[in-house]
Amino acid sequence: MRPFEYTRATTTRDATRAGTDGATIIAGGTNLLDLMKLEVMAPERLIDINRLGLNAIEESGDGGLRIGALVPNSDLAADRRVRKDWPVLSRALLAGASGQLRNKATTGGNLCQRTRCYYFYDTDMPCNKREPGSGCQARGGFNRIHAILGTSEQCIATHPSDMAVALRALDAMVEIENAEGERRSIPIAEFYRLPHGTPHLDNELHPGDLITAVTLPAPAGGAQIYRKVRDRASYAFALVSVAAIVTMEGDRIASASLAFGGLAHMPWRDDEMEAVLVGATPSDDLFDRAADVLLKDAQGYGHNDFKIPLTRRTLKAVLRDACNVGEPA
Amino acid sequence: MTRTMTMDRPDERRRLDDMSQGLVGRPLDRPDGPLKVSGTATYAHEWNVPNAAYGVLVRAPFSNGRLRRIDSAATEALDGVVGVFTGEKFLRNPAQGGADEAPVQGTETVQYLGQPVALVVADTFEQARHGAQNLAMEWTAENGVFDPEAQAADAEEQEDETVDQGDLDGAMRAAAFTVDEVYRTPCHNSAAMEPHCSIAEWDGEDLLLRGSYQMLNYNVNELADSLGIDAARVRMLSPYVGGGFGSKLGIAPEAVAAALAAKQLQRPVVVALSRQQVFDMTMRRSETRQHIRLACDADGILTGLGHEGLVSNLPEEEFAEPITQSTHFLYGGANRKLGIDLVRLNRTCAGSVRAPGEAVGMPALENAMDELAEKLGMDPVELRKRNLPDKHPEEDIPFSSRKYTEAMDEGARRFGWSERNMKPGQLREGDWLIGHGMAGASRVNILSKAEARVTMGSDDDGVFATVETDMTDIGTGTYAILSQIAGEMLGLPMERVRTQLGDSEFPKGPGSGGSWGASSSGSAVYLACEEMRAEICQRLSCEEADLTLKDGDAIAGNRKTSLAELIGGGGQISAVGRIEPGKTMKESAQSSYGAYFCEVAVDRVTGETRVRRMTGVFGAGRILNEKTATSQCYGGMSWGIGMALTEELVHDLRDGHIVNRDLAEYHIPVNLDVPQLDVVLLDERDDWACPLQSKGIGELGLCGAAASVINAIYNATGVRVRDYPATLDKLLDGLPD
Ligand SMILES: Cc1cc2nc3c(=O)[nH]c(=O)nc-3n(C[C@H](O)[C@H](O)[C@H](O)COP(=O)(O)OP(=O)(O)OC[C@H]3O[C@@H](n4cnc5c(N)ncnc54)[C@H](O)[C@@H]3O)c2cc1C
Ligand code: SF4
Repeated sequence: MRPFEYTRATTTRDATRAGTDGATIIAGGTNLLDLMKLEVMAPERLIDINRLGLNAIEESGDGGLRIGALVPNSDLAADRRVRKDWPVLSRALLAGASGQLRNKATTGGNLCQRTRCYYFYDTDMPCNKREPGSGCQARGGFNRIHAILGTSEQCIATHPSDMAVALRALDAMVEIENAEGERRSIPIAEFYRLPHGTPHLDNELHPGDLITAVTLPAPAGGAQIYRKVRDRASYAFALVSVAAIVTMEGDRIASASLAFGGLAHMPWRDDEMEAVLVGATPSDDLFDRAADVLLKDAQGYGHNDFKIPLTRRTLKAVLRDACNVGEPA
Repeated sequence: MTRTMTMDRPDERRRLDDMSQGLVGRPLDRPDGPLKVSGTATYAHEWNVPNAAYGVLVRAPFSNGRLRRIDSAATEALDGVVGVFTGEKFLRNPAQGGADEAPVQGTETVQYLGQPVALVVADTFEQARHGAQNLAMEWTAENGVFDPEAQAADAEEQEDETVDQGDLDGAMRAAAFTVDEVYRTPCHNSAAMEPHCSIAEWDGEDLLLRGSYQMLNYNVNELADSLGIDAARVRMLSPYVGGGFGSKLGIAPEAVAAALAAKQLQRPVVVALSRQQVFDMTMRRSETRQHIRLACDADGILTGLGHEGLVSNLPEEEFAEPITQSTHFLYGGANRKLGIDLVRLNRTCAGSVRAPGEAVGMPALENAMDELAEKLGMDPVELRKRNLPDKHPEEDIPFSSRKYTEAMDEGARRFGWSERNMKPGQLREGDWLIGHGMAGASRVNILSKAEARVTMGSDDDGVFATVETDMTDIGTGTYAILSQIAGEMLGLPMERVRTQLGDSEFPKGPGSGGSWGASSSGSAVYLACEEMRAEICQRLSCEEADLTLKDGDAIAGNRKTSLAELIGGGGQISAVGRIEPGKTMKESAQSSYGAYFCEVAVDRVTGETRVRRMTGVFGAGRILNEKTATSQCYGGMSWGIGMALTEELVHDLRDGHIVNRDLAEYHIPVNLDVPQLDVVLLDERDDWACPLQSKGIGELGLCGAAASVINAIYNATGVRVRDYPATLDKLLDGLPD
């Protein structure tokens, strides 16, 4: 670990100003400290935001919820309102990490956690995300956990968060404060970036930006499912995950919001695919057509080829559950 | 006083059965348990050594070639850094278990990515780690060899392992049913909870090394040889080891580096491995390719058996994963071909990892037996029973004792095996496909030379005994069982016996490895106690047959004497016991046996597999402590589940480096992967094994376990996975749409 300077912020202003001066924010530290020990990340300054009091979950006027950036993952998952009205979020959180980690991990930190790409973690390996321009060792290497959608020549990493997948399905907004004290709210759809030629940038935060909260719109109702497929029963990142919110009107699908983890550099959502579903009568054939749309540009890199059929199968099973239709005999 | 026994003939006296204290066999708690859960058992890294400096090893960032120069100037200039060490005494890799001498040394020649080539020492651990991370090196890389199967043509035959008996090809041609398949298992790492650590401290020319090691008797010599000093000048302490599983058998790079640095700095040096370094630099289990051939007649009687494997290691290492170890004797079949080929790779050193040999060899054999049973349309239990040879099928020797049939019968009964569905892919519960499978367990039994000293004295509370040996307890229960044996023989309650382990100055034992520890060290304790009992008889002028020792009293004839009185205040009775393996090892085939029965549920959509229940029944001679023995079996079966479903150490085939170097991505099973396990230990005495009639049990629970899971997956889905582990991607194609 490189020697670093540590300051504790008492106001959001402290945090954002330090950010413009090159300091890195530390919240729960469950991801950042691991990366610092390995010198994958080697900030010279840390700004600790744990005393900022951003840890309330409040009802907002429009029937939604405002979740402070420092709310621990455990508390958020256990919140009575979340469990009742936004259950997909609670389920996604509980599918992640372990009890101990969730106690410490924060809402803001979870959004900003870095990829788990093996080569990113090994400083003796080239990696464009860690060291722009050095190359991507995962492409021709072992890439079982890597992306099949939205990849670039430069990087095929995935975003590992479960929470963010649920937030994407819920159309959450990320509330950000900058060093000028300005607050802006951006849809989570616009918060993450694809790797393109700049894989070192995970999201749209700029130096000095502080996530202060995540807001949820009024409850969407419907069937809410989070299905996480992984290599062991617990304590493993998603190979593929699906967050689904589906409402029905009679025997037709009235709305469908589907987000995917494990497939891309960001929680993935496909409007075109959802359009196929909305207004239609659920059937296996329909679900297959939706999967065709979702996966039309999917590309495997060898070890992760299986994610393509796995995504199709998982999507179909989740839709069957969400639409409450039995499977074909 | 010393009593020596060489195991040249079966010991049919079964003396432990005559004793009165009632300790041996009972499911007693470990005396070290409370210390461990309260954090007061001192593990290697936890010794508070004043003025210690901290060292962090640096790995070679290339796979093969020559390290030309280490440019330490920039690192030495960093805050707190007190030195950078490298050179010809550094170990390339840990010594193999029982090597008793230094492994390959030197940092100039690099043969795998991850090889330790330098040690950066600083006042604090964090400073050292930063220095290590940024040490500049210059090297000349050469092409390496990374893919074992691409190299198969250059493999070296392990001649000691070769058996070529009769005509297997002919038997295959003539057989009513055959299996001819290739099974593959990936590399594994021991993944013990406690990372490897050593603290070196010199007093003049005398070295004290506190380390996490399994076999001090050998480790002292290996360390001395590595450093080029007299072994008499080395003392090692290893009272508590946080799991070893083979990875702490031989002296390892961190110990030698710590000793070299401490000597030069005249200051104690602590070197602990990071989790990533544990993967890079400690032993891996070799990947295996195993070709199994089975030929049988219409009744399922084996006429031929082939088990030929390909494994790998670094240049100059002799260890070759002994996959055929139990195949030699487990089943009959007159025409036999067994062999192991070894390829040389630029990968982390291969050595003993959790039941070397049977851990991966038995699953392949037991998968093949399942395939044969299916072809025959026969119950796999029945097929196994039909093929148990009367004597060793390759050597003309009897089996010592074998509870294989009993284990299968008892397991089948408890599990409800007869009620299972026989046709694959038929049983469904919602999205889950349910399947059942079984497999056999076998692990060869080994007795090793061991010594222990037992001393009886008295204090205000009466008589007590102390057991001393350099034997280790790697979490297995050695403290408990040695105290039980001494208490049983000397008639003392548990709390009046104290066992002290892990100090190389104590009488020498074989260390913990190969499941030999309990029988070997236990026999030494037993023999010391026999000698002490003889002394007591003499003092009481009675015959051994008339002596009863119980609760601190000696009873002979109708006279009861307190042992405290007999010894007298300030007096003591002490003896050293020594066991040596002898002719019974060669004249009988000794192994522990068992059987597993497993129920899995496979998600028909995703291919995720969950083990829902698992029964293991084991026969390992006399059980010394039912609780610790059961725990060993739980552990083995858990590893078996991991091996079947998730565990795989991945090497990048471009440079041989280990890709998944942490416990987030190296998937050993977690609690949710392991259901409540059902373990039964059979009552057995093996007179050929040792004077305790006990056999090894530490590794037994793993030796075949994975096969029962894989066989159950087949029963659930109709998909035969022959390429371990059965991750979901290997099942998807075979599942219903
Ligand atoms: C072994 C292991 C298994 C795991 N398994 C899972 C899993 O299955 N699923 C899953 O989703 N996650 C998993 N995690 C990841 C875990 O969820 C994250 O580590 C955690 O959510 C990060 O939160 P934190 O508060 O500790 O972040 P920190 O480590 O403190 O910070 C992470 C990053 O976020 C930035 N940051 C933090 N707060 C803010 C803010 N308010 N504004 C701007 N930037 C900020 C930091 O600068 C840093 O770059 C696992 C982690 C581990 C170690
Ligand atoms: S996939 Fe991305 S994170 Fe991984 S090695 Fe390539 S550039 Fe680095």
